[in-house]
Parts: sequence; structure tokens; C-alpha cells
Amino acid sequence: MKIDWAALGSVFGVSLVVTVALVGLFTLGIVGLSKQEQARTATAGGGTGALPARLGAYACFALCAAAVSYGIYLIVV
Amino acid sequence: MENITLLLGIVIVTALVFDFTNGFHDTANAMATTISTGALKPKTAVAMSAVLNLVGAFLSVEVAKTISGGIINEDGLKTEVIFAALVGAILWNLLTWLLGLPSSSSHALFGGLIGAAVMSMGWSSVNGGTVVTKVLLPAVAAPLVAGIAASLATRLTYRISSRTDEKATSKGYRAGQIASAGLVSLAHGTNDAQKTMGIITLALITGGVLNPGANPPLWVIVSAGVAIALGTYLGGWRIIRTMGKGLTELAPQQGFAAQTSAATAILASSHIGFSLSTTQVCSGAVMGAGLGRKGGVVRWSTATRMFVAWGLTLPAAGLVGAGAELLTKQGDWGVAVTAALLIGGSAVIWSLSRRQPVDHTNVTADEIGATGAARDGEPAGVVTTAIAAVTPPPAGALATASVGAPEPPMSENTASVADPARPATV
Repeated sequence: MKIDWAALGSVFGVSLVVTVALVGLFTLGIVGLSKQEQARTATAGGGTGALPARLGAYACFALCAAAVSYGIYLIVV
Repeated sequence: MENITLLLGIVIVTALVFDFTNGFHDTANAMATTISTGALKPKTAVAMSAVLNLVGAFLSVEVAKTISGGIINEDGLKTEVIFAALVGAILWNLLTWLLGLPSSSSHALFGGLIGAAVMSMGWSSVNGGTVVTKVLLPAVAAPLVAGIAASLATRLTYRISSRTDEKATSKGYRAGQIASAGLVSLAHGTNDAQKTMGIITLALITGGVLNPGANPPLWVIVSAGVAIALGTYLGGWRIIRTMGKGLTELAPQQGFAAQTSAATAILASSHIGFSLSTTQVCSGAVMGAGLGRKGGVVRWSTATRMFVAWGLTLPAAGLVGAGAELLTKQGDWGVAVTAALLIGGSAVIWSLSRRQPVDHTNVTADEIGATGAARDGEPAGVVTTAIAAVTPPPAGALATASVGAPEPPMSENTASVADPARPATV
């Protein structure tokens, strides 16, 4: 009987890092969007403060979408 | 296809029934948290999961060449052994469904196979070391891996979003949760529908219909995909309820963290090569997410029942599988009796479930009639009776196991119980 501790360890490590990173990114995106909403209502009509927050949020969501696509790629191939 | 015997036909139908129970047993994995946090309506959630399961079945052509992954020696595996194994797996799946406990369908299948193979070919056909590395260790590792990841992720997401309006963000979390639940469904379809295709293909090969090494014919792929999708669509509401509400209460953030950690752990395990059970990963993720929130609680009584069910899956399905193999060995009438018992047993479990139905209308309700406490109380006398009727054999086996044979612990349970019958069969 040979237990593949290395494989178990890497499943553990990968799951931990990827989950925390993805959830963190997604949360940042959501927070960014809601900040942008706040900024817009504050300056009435899209002030300058809204833009970086929105871009940042979209970047976060894009990274998450990329991760999901990679997940689908892993399932298919 | 012209020389499919009656037995082979029965095996194919039984395999599809197993696939069906696998589908509705495992809907909870992908969709329980999605339903309980309100991200999707119950019917929409199971429909989405069913479609993704069906798609998943067609995505991959990498058919499982071994059904047990090396746990038993499959050379010379007879068709009726596969049948007996399936009977054990199906009955255990139905029973755990009745009790609303998430347990691994693959482990039920492994258990059935071990029981049937031991009855048919003796202990040498089981590879004890593989049982430990493929079943026991993952059962401990899966909830830890997914649970720790989910609890850290939950903590992080609460910290980052602490100063935002909860209403504004929950919509976003729900969208994220739907995406990760979709991934889990897709992965489930690819893995579990493949498993049934593998079983049918293997049965066709042992029955001499297909050449060894052949790929499954199209009708096998289609029927396996449809069976698992139908089962998923029917929805194992009882298990969904346990996972979505019974273990802990989940807010959208937690549901998202749990589902993401489950999807990641499943994909990581299937690609790094340490296979973890989807069910156990998802249950662990839900508990981890429950613990990750400040003041979050996990209902340990439900969790304990679930852990006990995990522990019993292998020996219990093994016992039924062994019993079924003992019958099918007797010849055609034995096979007929086994099939009748399978149908009868399923009918009994189904009618018991009707006394206290859980369906899409009340799956997220706080109380079902008098559920919760009533599980162990009055109307659930049914459930208690069912437990009483079924658990004693394995429990007794556990007690006598310490006396047991020089086999690894998990096998001993089945050993001591299967033993009395062995002299008659060897």
C-alpha cells in the first residue's frame, strides 16, 4: 500500500490557494461595482471617481471568467 | 447487439437505474447551496443541473476502463457479479436518500462490487491497500480540503466586503454561485455518467457482445447521459434539504465560497490524481463555509449522522452486494429473485418516503410538517424504523470486527458478516 502524499498535498494546496484567490477576486469585483454605484449617485452622472473602480471590478470579473473557462477546459480535455 | 442475453439486458437496465439514483442522489452536490441561498428557484436549479449533466456525459470520451479503479481484480469478473454489485449500490443509495443523508454513490458502487466479488471469487479478489487509499483516506481528506478552503474563503470575503451594502452585493454573489455550481454539475456529468458507461461497456465485453478494449456504442452514451439527467431533474430534495439547510445556514457569500471551493477541489483532485468523492467534497465545503462566518454554526448532530453514513456506505453496500451475489449464483431463478427483491426494496423505500414528502415546494422551508426535531420523533417513526431495520447488521459487524480476520479494517466488516455464508459457496 502506497499513499500518494504528494498528490494529496498538492490537491490540498491548489484547492486552498485557488479558492481563496478566486473568492477574493470576485469579492473585490463586487465591492468595486458597489463603490462605483455609490460614486455615481454622489456626483450625479458619472464622476471621475467611478471609472477606476469600475475598471478594477471588470478586471477582477475577467480573471474569474478566465478561471471558469480554464475549469471547463480541464473538464472537456 | 443481436446476442444480448436476458442477464445482460437486466444488467444494463440495472446499471441505468443506478445511474438514475446517482443523478438524484448527487443533485444536492451542485445545487443544494444554490437553492438554499435563493440564487436559483428549486426547479430552475435542478433543470440547469440536469442539462449540464447531460452535456457532461457527451463531453468526454475517456471511458472508465475499470469500474472499481483497481479495488477488486476485474479479470474474470462475471456478469452476475456486476449485477449483484449494482443491486447493493442502488439499495444503499435509496436508503441514504430516504434518510436525507449525502453519501458517495461511487463508494456505494465500490462497496457493492467488493461484497459481490468476495462472495464470488473469495478475499483474494479484493485489493485491501487500494481500499484504504481510494476510499478511506479520501473520505477523511475530502471534507478537510474543501472545508478549510471554504472557511478561509468565507472569512476573506466577509472581511473585504464588510463595508458594503449587503443588498447590493448579494446579487453578485448569487451570480458567482450559479457559475461555480454549473462547473460542479458539468464535472459530475463527465465523471459519473462515464462510470455507468464504463459498467455497461464492461458488461457487454464480459458478455462477449463487444470486443475487449472497445469504446461504448452510441446508445450506451445516450442512455447513460439521459438516465443521469433524468435522475438529476427529479431532484433528491431530501438530500438537498440536508446539505442546503440541515448542516448550517448559508448566506449568499457563504454559498458562493462553499460552491467555489467545491468546484476547485473537485477539478484539482481529478486532474492531480488524488480522487476525492464529489459528495464528500461538497458536504465539507458547506460545513467549512458555515464555520467561516463569525457566529456561524454547524449542526454537528446532522454532520455526525452524515459521517456515520459515509463509514457505513462500503460495508452496507458490500453486504447487500454479497447477499445478492449469493442469490444470483444459484442460477436463473436466483437472478430473478434478486431482481424482484431490488424492485420490492425500492418500492418499500419509495412508499416510506411518501409519508413525509420533501419536494421543490418545501425544500427550503424551515419546517416540513414537523421535521427538524420530528426526524427522531413521531412521524419520523418511519425513519427510525428504517434505520433500525437496516443498520443492525453492519453495526454488529463493526462490533465483531475487532475479533476479525487479518484483513484491513474496512474489509473486516464485510468479512465477518459474509463469513457464515462462505463455507456454502467455496
